[in-house]
Amino acid sequence: MSNVPADLKYASSHEWVRVSGDTATVGITDHAQAELTDIVFVELPAVGRKLAASEACAVVESVKTASDIYSPVSGEITEVNQAIVDNPALVNQSSFEEGWFFKLKLANPGDLEKLLTPDAYKAQIGG
Amino acid sequence: MSAELKRTPLFATHQSLNGRLIEFGGWEMPVQYTSIMGEHQTVRSAAGLFDICHMGEVFISGAGARDFLNWLLTNDVNKLVVGQGQYTQMCQEDGGTVDDLYLYRLTDKEYLLIINASRIEADVAWMETQLAAFPQRHLITFENRSDKYGAIALQGPKAVEFINEVFPGGSHAGTHVHRLTDLHKNQIATFNLKGTGSLCWVARTGYTGEDGFEIVTTASNILEVWDALMEAGKAHGLKPAGLGARDTLRTEVCYPLYGHELDEKTSPIEAGLGFFVSFEKGPFIGHDSLLAQKTNGPQKRCVAFKMTDKCAPPRPGYTVWNGETQVGQVVSGTLSPSLSAGIGLAYVKPELAKKDTVIHIDIRGKKYAAQVVAKPIYRKAV
Repeated sequence: MSNVPADLKYASSHEWVRVSGDTATVGITDHAQAELTDIVFVELPAVGRKLAASEACAVVESVKTASDIYSPVSGEITEVNQAIVDNPALVNQSSFEEGWFFKLKLANPGDLEKLLTPDAYKAQIGG
Repeated sequence: MSAELKRTPLFATHQSLNGRLIEFGGWEMPVQYTSIMGEHQTVRSAAGLFDICHMGEVFISGAGARDFLNWLLTNDVNKLVVGQGQYTQMCQEDGGTVDDLYLYRLTDKEYLLIINASRIEADVAWMETQLAAFPQRHLITFENRSDKYGAIALQGPKAVEFINEVFPGGSHAGTHVHRLTDLHKNQIATFNLKGTGSLCWVARTGYTGEDGFEIVTTASNILEVWDALMEAGKAHGLKPAGLGARDTLRTEVCYPLYGHELDEKTSPIEAGLGFFVSFEKGPFIGHDSLLAQKTNGPQKRCVAFKMTDKCAPPRPGYTVWNGETQVGQVVSGTLSPSLSAGIGLAYVKPELAKKDTVIHIDIRGKKYAAQVVAKPIYRKAV
């Protein structure tokens, strides 16, 4: 059964958001990394880029497939996680902690309302 | 044509092992059980067990069999003694490839062809057409037993540690040995499965670049063969391995996959498989076209390459560039678990086929540098 932490919000495209003040940290869920299995490559957006909610902004590749990652919220990228570029397996090992993708400054806190609660996400993935 | 996918005798086993099932050549097969990288490493360091029941088994026998097979296939069938196999191709008049396959001489006049799952229908139609026009056809029996037979591949350095206990005793038909592990590469013989005594053909061949064995037997025996091997191999690190690992393993050693390195518009000469084409044995379908390609040089050549820029893995279909000119296309590509780098095989213009040539691969809109390398890309440290 996939881990679905209670303190996060979720996008139906399997990204999670952790909010602290007006900073949002974004990553992919345990369910997503388990589906992909061995992640071998990660491409992250540039710091400073402004994203709209649901905009494709990163790519993860496993041995067999490439998947787009969509930003669950709108905002400007303030930091990206070089650790997962150097060691993509970190995303599989620690999808909610060390495997985070990027942080952004929230442009519109209202975006968070449109995301799924942990229970709603659990229901979506059949948990 | 049935829209339903075919299932091998091991389907329930794959489900119980949590295999991730995908469509391959009309079959529902496991692409992985745990992880492609893990299964790949297990085959290279211990042993992996592959369900290859989806492949086809054709039996051709009779006084005219050898001459027919020499006409049909590129390699020299005269070289085969009883109990020996060879890698070979079946070509069209224009040199394009109908399929690549393994041919085994089982007894004096009986031969077994192991053909690709995706090509069973096309191969059988082709062979039947050629047979119908062959002068000695009344001295040849042709039987497609693909539905009645199955096969399992046991691959990896530890296979020799336990396979003898699963097939104890000496061989019967084929190569004469007292112990299964006395078979040399490309040799084949029948052995009895321990316990039930079910008779199986076992060949010392494989598609991974590791030592290993391929077991061919009737579909009704497949489950007990799989279970016996898993039981004996567990203590030696044996794990089930899926088609994902099968692909990364064969790509590392540059073995062709039909539909990628070979197809109806690509010849064995272009693929770099001239070693398996015998021009001295006499006439065969495609002889003249292949000889012309060999003499004049082919229009395209299959090269192995390794990414030198840090980037996403190359994949089939990606284009190959030399500066601003497209010079070819990737036919196989992946992240090499053994080398931790992107690797692949591509067709390029002949002048770029030299080792160390720098090429660029277009990966999702951006060009990244790669280097042409000698085959095989991965070689075991001795």
